[in-house]
Amino acid sequence: MIDNWPVLSIITFMPLAGVLFLLIIRGDDDTVAHNSRTVALWVSAFTFLVSLVILIGFDSAASGYQFEEKRVWLGDTGISYHMGVDGISMPFVLLSTFLMPLAILASWRSIANRVREYMIAFLVLETMMIGMFVSLDMLMFYLFFEAVLIPMFLIIGVWGGPRRVYAAFKFFLYTLLGSVLMLVCMLVMYIDAGSTNIPLLTSHEFATGLQNWLFLGFFASFAVKVPMWPVHTWLPDAHVEAPTAGSMILAGVLLKMGGYGFLRFSLPMFPSASEFFAPLIFVLSVVAVIYTSLVALAQSDMKKMIAYSSVAHMGFVTIGIFSMNEQGIAGAMFQMISHGLVSAALFFCVGVVYDRLHTREISAYGGVTAVMPRYAVFFMFMMLASVGLPGTSGFVGEMLVLVGAWQANTWLALFTASGLVLGATYMLWLYRRVMFGQVVSAEVQSMERMQPREYGIFLPLTILVLFFGVYPMALLDVMELSIQFILDDLKASGVALFAAR
Amino acid sequence: MVFELADMLPALPEIILASFALMLVLVAAYGGDGAANARRVAHLTLLGIVLAAFTVLSVSPAQETAFGGMFRADAFAHYMKILVLMGSFAAVFMSITPLERDDINKPEFSLLVMLSLVGMMLMISANDLMSLYMAVELQSLPLYVVAAMRTNSLRSSEAGLKYFLLGALSSGMLLYGASLVYGFAGTTSFAGIAAAVADTELPVAFIIGMVFMITGIAFKVSAAPFHMWTPDVYEGSPSPVTALFAIAPKVAAIALMLRLTYGAFGSIAVEWSQVIMALSVASMLVGALGAIMQSDIKRMMAYSSIAHMGYALAGLAAGSHDGVFGVMIYMTSYVFMGVGTFSIILLMRRDGQSATRISDLRGLSKTQPLFALGLMVMMFSMAGIPPLAGFFGKWYVFLAAVNAGLVPLAVIGVVMSVIGAFYYLRIIKIMYFEDSEAPLDADVPLANKLVLGVSMAVIMLFFAGLNSIIEAADTATVALMAPF
Repeated sequence: MIDNWPVLSIITFMPLAGVLFLLIIRGDDDTVAHNSRTVALWVSAFTFLVSLVILIGFDSAASGYQFEEKRVWLGDTGISYHMGVDGISMPFVLLSTFLMPLAILASWRSIANRVREYMIAFLVLETMMIGMFVSLDMLMFYLFFEAVLIPMFLIIGVWGGPRRVYAAFKFFLYTLLGSVLMLVCMLVMYIDAGSTNIPLLTSHEFATGLQNWLFLGFFASFAVKVPMWPVHTWLPDAHVEAPTAGSMILAGVLLKMGGYGFLRFSLPMFPSASEFFAPLIFVLSVVAVIYTSLVALAQSDMKKMIAYSSVAHMGFVTIGIFSMNEQGIAGAMFQMISHGLVSAALFFCVGVVYDRLHTREISAYGGVTAVMPRYAVFFMFMMLASVGLPGTSGFVGEMLVLVGAWQANTWLALFTASGLVLGATYMLWLYRRVMFGQVVSAEVQSMERMQPREYGIFLPLTILVLFFGVYPMALLDVMELSIQFILDDLKASGVALFAAR
Repeated sequence: MVFELADMLPALPEIILASFALMLVLVAAYGGDGAANARRVAHLTLLGIVLAAFTVLSVSPAQETAFGGMFRADAFAHYMKILVLMGSFAAVFMSITPLERDDINKPEFSLLVMLSLVGMMLMISANDLMSLYMAVELQSLPLYVVAAMRTNSLRSSEAGLKYFLLGALSSGMLLYGASLVYGFAGTTSFAGIAAAVADTELPVAFIIGMVFMITGIAFKVSAAPFHMWTPDVYEGSPSPVTALFAIAPKVAAIALMLRLTYGAFGSIAVEWSQVIMALSVASMLVGALGAIMQSDIKRMMAYSSIAHMGYALAGLAAGSHDGVFGVMIYMTSYVFMGVGTFSIILLMRRDGQSATRISDLRGLSKTQPLFALGLMVMMFSMAGIPPLAGFFGKWYVFLAAVNAGLVPLAVIGVVMSVIGAFYYLRIIKIMYFEDSEAPLDADVPLANKLVLGVSMAVIMLFFAGLNSIIEAADTATVALMAPF
């Protein structure tokens, strides 16, 4: 019975239906604000519950796409309404639906003006994110991929910090420039293959010379999204200015769009170009890991520091993907999911103290442990997960990436591993400066204890990070066949896999 | 040749419009002075447009041509005429109240629009150098007058004069080019010219004539480098007039460009596609870069329209079925974006005075959230952000360009669209990220709300109805490119 339901369409467009509810709320400002929060929370929570259907119904032993929906959209032009999930997109869908209620909960008190518009922006954003992950048509993918910019631009620009206008413009234009180059490549692919169907394009053989150009076009878009060094500069600005929940979603889900794009398009569609450009990507990623870690060390703003750490962690992801072996790709996937949870939690950690003290300067804090001991525990846990402590999800991802990188190139593994040391350095140092020592000021002394709402955000994140840390197979099993499919595809295209050495 | 009344049937929409125009002259002259009569004439104009649109859609005569082949009403003409009629209808409909508030609500406005509209319809159906020139003149002359309609304003008079001078220059070029083409082909009919140019060595004089003709139309399209009149005329004319200029005449001029290039010069696309390409690149550049520094929203819209024409011409430069098809999709989205944007520009007033500086929009999201939302949708659509209508226009235009091997043109186009996004975002920034000092007048006529609502719905749900638009545009393209 339920098999015949368009589950993916329902999940994708449910938040959009919630927007309609938000629009009909009437009353004075306080009522509207309160009801908007409640409605948005319920809608996103319900979307999460429905998305569990695909988790339960997902068959890890079946290769190919599941929950597929295909309808006629543009006649016989080769463009159709096509949705489906495989082991690569399914975790991301759940990550999106899981983080969204938490993000809405995180903005419960910190957003006081234009609450209704804020919630609309978030729900629209959720639809776009989910739609992007479940699209199996390239044009549809692009529609969702680009449309994400609209709500995010507004979230940063309307509810952001003092330099929000600059950050919003930089975010929008940077990403748009990358995306339009991808658009031209999509046009070329559509003309070459006669269809925008993603499974069909995956099996289509593009000429080797053409592949290189196409790869570069897609690379321009995904590298900005990931973001890779040297096109990462929009990220610290966007993160610093965005409201807490905006940062959570930005780091938690939007950055993964780049990694997902590499796995869905670049690797399977342009295998020989991927092999050709892999060294370039390794170099850029290693620079990202080392350089941005050093930059993070020098930051005085907590959010900026975590933003730079994101760039470093995403460097691991690109290394894993382009090492083109099972461990590497699985590690990259794992790292993306783990980073999605951990970085969202870390940005929320900053948000918790920012709500109380209204500053993100590290120097304004000190001795917070004495005032908020339970907060200290959560912060400690997430910090260690970010560093990659065994038993947390961060460890599994980084470990697998290192194994994958080692098979590709030992030097690569060495440089990548140095990122772990640097990561530990800046995170531990941050923790020491903020949490330990004497209570620096009366403001810090008078900080409020954690509220139930904040526990409600931390607990699910902590449980998941721990769960994936001790039982990684839960995730790895789901992805295995899809990763194998990509690798088989690469092998079939004559790419000499690094693993074969 | 025996003349039969049925032969005129293809031109029925034009005949209806022309009869209405003549009738309106009488109503305007004898209907008494004052606001009531201006309103009456405007309402009759709307009625005439609706009737004409109804005729275009429902009456399908046996033959496509009329007046001895000078007039052609094929599927392409139907498609473009509907666009033009919609654009003019919206412009007249939402101008009634603003014109009254500006105290320039003369019956002549609607009357002149009606006459110009007949010209536009004839442009779309032109199938002969003679009918082409007559149509262009009929379309232009009334517009020169309405541009200068605010007689007590120096800028409005300047706009009218400038428009007239440059329009006359372009007509001269068009006419000169036509004479050279005629000299080569020995006939003025497009079919005859098409037959004459096929498979022969073309003399340089003919090429010059063709380029002159394209240049003349490029003036009307306001493609760079023949765009100089646009910003001044847009800014100087009263807003309702600008709303009219910005939409329907552009569609008609693009349609004429397509008619001429494919009707008469279809077999020698190699010769003209480079000219079109140059126009396209120049327009995209000028439009994107010129708009950045503007502080008046009408001026900005002028540059924006130049850029849009550049994108549309990129499809034409492809010189293929896909290209024409792309242009048609592009113009469809353009009509709705233009109408929606101008429905808001028309209500930008403060203390009863027209306030068209971009900074006047400051904080609009708080004072009038619905209009801010509407303008935001229009701006994102113009920037080509999916899933809004503007994106699909760009998709099909660049698809054609890439398919014709013009990848550099497509790359220039998309990069320029990023630069263009900057100034569209600036409007959104001013409305949403900044607070207002003095809100705009809140008294908004119902017509503007309706027009905005409809165009917003079309822009946002474009993807859902895209399939039927594609089918209609495809039929139209086939009709345009069919050999005689």
